[in-house]
Amino acid sequence: MREVNVEQITRTIADLCMNANYFLGDDMLAALEKAVAAEESPTGRTILEQLQENATIAATDRVPICQDTGLAVIFLELGQDLHIIGGDLEAAINEGVRQGYEEGYLRKSSCHPFTRKNIGDNTPAIVHCRIVPGEQLKITIAPKGGGSENMSKVVMLKPADGIAGIKKQVVEWVEQAGGNPCPPTIVGVGIGGTFERAALLAKESLLRKVGSRNPDPELDQLEKELLEEINNLGIGPQGLGGRVTSFAVHVKMLPCHIASLPLAINIQCHAARHKEAVL
Amino acid sequence: MGNIIRLQPPLKDEQVKALKAGDRVLITGTIYTGRDAAHKRLVDLLDKGEKLPIPLDGQVIYFVGPAPAKPGNAIGSAGPTTSYRMDPYSPRLLAEGLKGMIGKGGRSPEVKAAIKKYHGIYFAAVGGAGALLAQRIKKAEIVAYEDLGPEAIRRLEVENFPVVVVNDIYGNDLYEQGVAAYRRS
Repeated sequence: MREVNVEQITRTIADLCMNANYFLGDDMLAALEKAVAAEESPTGRTILEQLQENATIAATDRVPICQDTGLAVIFLELGQDLHIIGGDLEAAINEGVRQGYEEGYLRKSSCHPFTRKNIGDNTPAIVHCRIVPGEQLKITIAPKGGGSENMSKVVMLKPADGIAGIKKQVVEWVEQAGGNPCPPTIVGVGIGGTFERAALLAKESLLRKVGSRNPDPELDQLEKELLEEINNLGIGPQGLGGRVTSFAVHVKMLPCHIASLPLAINIQCHAARHKEAVL
Repeated sequence: MGNIIRLQPPLKDEQVKALKAGDRVLITGTIYTGRDAAHKRLVDLLDKGEKLPIPLDGQVIYFVGPAPAKPGNAIGSAGPTTSYRMDPYSPRLLAEGLKGMIGKGGRSPEVKAAIKKYHGIYFAAVGGAGALLAQRIKKAEIVAYEDLGPEAIRRLEVENFPVVVVNDIYGNDLYEQGVAAYRRS
């Protein structure tokens, strides 16, 4: 059985924390370029150009794209034939976050919910693990800022609400969020499953490359319709008015209970950061 | 967008009266940082009738919790945080003499009313442009609440710090007006 030592996992997580926060993905850089061309508002264009310049400064100087370097959301795909050795996996992950946020001059944002006292090392990481075939470990880190996360929700719709009800909820919610989640955004939509699965689907959908098509033609169509309606709202870059409110809508769906229609909306700001590694 | 205006805090009433939603402003000089936890502490002190650790008269508070500074830099990435979380506290600070606030996102009717009443001004900076905005901050020093970490109050020396006027004393709101101009029904 193949073995991976937790020390290697710690180091990999630390590096991923830093790289995710310094380097905006190629898909997002392309999305910004496209948005500059599409934006009709002069204010909106100026903002988008500042975001392009900001991404260049962050990558060149190796400083965070945004000061809100997020809670460390980590997705693991753990091969069932892989043996983790040398210690506790979750402790190793948290140690990686601790090291990455300290070494990388990243902001530590985790705090006690009541006293608001800062925990000091940005732990605990928010870990989602799936057991998959094979003998590899895929680690994806997606630092998630508070501003856009606050503009997210789960709602249990009635089955009778259907697609029309889902679309109404999503568009109204994006409108209500306005400039708060730092538009242009990516709107992650999770449909089906259960209460908590819908939320996870919405979050996972944000990992898909911006500009890629949904493999399910029905969802692909839904994404297009939602994006058009959202961009007709006029919210624009930073909510100051314009054509580009969202770069993309990403939908993930699973079957649900005959009595339910769970819907989750997880908004991602333009600093859509994620990096992955395979051990 | 309107004209480019240069401002140096502390701000006087006449300067604030001259500002209109949509004006682009470059701020040079001293501003203070403060976000959720620091605002709560400031208002708690006011409630107890105690002295504040920073001056408010004519000053500008920037809603930001910066990233740590790398060696050789004045500050880490430092873009605005979402302002509505400061809404419960801002009217009180405006009543005590605060003039300017820098953040991102819309404000409550109570804050907008306080801006009109006390002649304040609300500016937006570009959210998520933290690396770029940090370059306009030349000096940063913690002046209160060090235990709050990123939420400590810092005195910043800024140079040509770019903001846009969102809420002015005349009741204008750039978020509402900007969106209305581009909305398609």
